[in-house]
Amino acid sequence: MPNPIIKINNLSKRYRIGAEEKGDKTFRETIMDWVCAPINNFIKLRNLTKFKNNDLENVIWALKDISFEINEGEVLGIIGKNGSGKTTLLKVLSRITQPTNGFAELYGRVSSLLDVGTGFHPELTGRENIYLNGAILGMRKKEIEEKFDEIVAFSEIGKFIDTPVKRFSSGMWVRLAFAIAAHLEPEILLIDEVLAVGDISFQKKCLGKVQDVVKGGRTVLFVSHNMGVIRNLCKKVVWIDNGKVVQKGDVDEVVKDYEKAQMRQVDKSSYIIERNPEEIKNSSFYFNRVEIFNEKNERTTLFRYNEKLNLIIGFAGFPLTNKYSVEFHIYNELGQMVSMGASGSYHDKYFSSNVKKIKIGIGPLTFTSGRYRILLKVLSGGRYYDIWENAAGFNIIECQPFKTNHEMSVFREGACILQQSFDEIE
Amino acid sequence: MKLVIKPKKGLANLDFKELWYYRELFYFFAWRDIKLRYKQTILGIVWAILQPFIAMIVFTVIFGELANMPSNDIPYPIFVYAGLLFWNFFSTSINNVSQSMLRNAVIIQKVYLPKVILPVSSIVVAFVDFLFAALIFGGVIGYYRFIPYFEGLLLLPLLLFITILAVLGLGCFLAAINVKYRDVHHALPFFIQLLIFITPVIYPVSIIPKAYQWILALNPMTGVIETFKAGFLGTMPINWMTFGISSAVSIVFLILGLWYFLKTEKTFADII
Ligand SMILES: Nc1ncnc2c1ncn2[C@@H]1O[C@H](COP(=O)(O)OP(=O)(O)OP(=O)(O)O)[C@@H](O)[C@H]1O
Ligand SMILES: [Mg+2]
Repeated sequence: MPNPIIKINNLSKRYRIGAEEKGDKTFRETIMDWVCAPINNFIKLRNLTKFKNNDLENVIWALKDISFEINEGEVLGIIGKNGSGKTTLLKVLSRITQPTNGFAELYGRVSSLLDVGTGFHPELTGRENIYLNGAILGMRKKEIEEKFDEIVAFSEIGKFIDTPVKRFSSGMWVRLAFAIAAHLEPEILLIDEVLAVGDISFQKKCLGKVQDVVKGGRTVLFVSHNMGVIRNLCKKVVWIDNGKVVQKGDVDEVVKDYEKAQMRQVDKSSYIIERNPEEIKNSSFYFNRVEIFNEKNERTTLFRYNEKLNLIIGFAGFPLTNKYSVEFHIYNELGQMVSMGASGSYHDKYFSSNVKKIKIGIGPLTFTSGRYRILLKVLSGGRYYDIWENAAGFNIIECQPFKTNHEMSVFREGACILQQSFDEIE
Repeated sequence: MKLVIKPKKGLANLDFKELWYYRELFYFFAWRDIKLRYKQTILGIVWAILQPFIAMIVFTVIFGELANMPSNDIPYPIFVYAGLLFWNFFSTSINNVSQSMLRNAVIIQKVYLPKVILPVSSIVVAFVDFLFAALIFGGVIGYYRFIPYFEGLLLLPLLLFITILAVLGLGCFLAAINVKYRDVHHALPFFIQLLIFITPVIYPVSIIPKAYQWILALNPMTGVIETFKAGFLGTMPINWMTFGISSAVSIVFLILGLWYFLKTEKTFADII
């Protein structure tokens, strides 16, 4: 019988919001405000810290009666949409902020990674920041000294170690920050969405490191929006919505339900994408909108393995020639182009210049689960009129093509699934 | 090890065992501030030295020469520098301490730490400035071939201690206020500078009628600076009454300031 290392009991956290500023003010108002400001601020701020029961509209419960337990050595994923309370939960568990009600018991030393590079100072060198950030994250000086070479090697910043970090590229900065964080060894580790930044090959390396930590028997709470990563790292998952636990259980089950729920409420702006006019660089013919549908003609950005995808693309302006051709490229989260197509050169399909709306059908999508982005190009007479870098994005979910229901993710199982068979011969 | 997280009413308690555990982080914060202060080595040190030195020259010209301020028969530059030495330590560290929460806002939002270590560690860099300024003081004394009472230096630790109590008390209060009322910190340095005029830096307490001197003694720095001048420069016998009042006020400041800080610190991460 494994022991719980964290017990969470009816944990709630209330935040007070508000104290917003008003819009444009006249000079007189500004002066008057200035005169009254100390009094007003005082009242406002008293209200910010003092809770009165009668004005509930300015109050939100970021966490409401959360209860669950985590066993020693368990890796627990925490999922939920934006603003559901994931970060707040980690903040309460790491004592950054106090709960309003309820309690939690932790049996072990806790480190939290809500961000990478906390406390980095641009004027200090890489070496100095390793010590500072390490100490802030709770490492002892001796520990930092012991791991120093490892951290530097992991970060791949090499001879820049004695350069002030303000001269680092943002990639180097993130790598160094990750490298320090990756060498934390507390008994309980709380990780917020920190793997979501940084360049992709390094992200993979960090993921590997986190996996090592996990295998080392540490207890980890891991927040992520990336279901592929969650499926990879965690056996158990808690799904939080609106500060409440919706579901807790085995990863496959919870993630599947979560994705189903998400599927029902994908934001409109993600499947109907209007072109940002600033991106159009004085081209006479350009993309102005794209919509994504599934094969049932429903608008969505979530596709299961092997489903088909349709793009409806709108153009504006006039090409100088009377025919044009369209190209698409699909990139995965690792930045690799996983597929492409071109109407003209591959299909000998050219659109007449008065056609302003076209449809591209793509699929079946045999990609592994993860996020994908589509780039669009329009060309005519051998020149590109317009390239739309981030035209649309979609997610592959539930990529479980095989009998064992194993989730195939871009981080572990490659870019796509090929037909396969295993037969005995001798 | 068991850690219970639950809502706490009232004061955050000072957990000395925990503070001891966090001593390294304290050290790293102090080290960071010093590094940043003296990063452009020459400029940093020059500034630490020049600031009190220029103030000394300006005050000497205005108050020593033009206004003929009495200085107990001691060369006015020495008289005023003795006061400036402590005054600068006081005002620099008050400034540092009162900004310590906002300056470290990101850290407060992202990791747990006993927050008191931030104000305390931000005094250290002001103390390094103090040491440089003291060096220059030695030079000024040598320049005037003035013989001080070296046994007066024995008072130094006590005087610094009283100063730090006052700084922590006032500073922690201001640091907490700064988190809540964001616009305060623009005005603060200016008001702190003004306090120099109710502190016997440029004038001796003796120019004030005896009956009212105790009012001045309510300013903690009065006791510190007067005692230093009396003990080290030998301007007059030490007025233990003044020193006693100032010390008592410092302790009261410390208690009130720390009380307010500990009472409000649990909300810092939410509103900073
Ligand atoms: N300091 C604060 N003051 C007031 N409200 C806050 C504060 N911090 C968070 N909130 C609110 O609490 C709710 C939960 O926020 P939280 O950051 O925990 O969400 P999250 O699940 O981490 O979201 P995301 O996926 O975007 O990171 C949100 O509505 C947020 O606006
Ligand atoms: Mg969050």
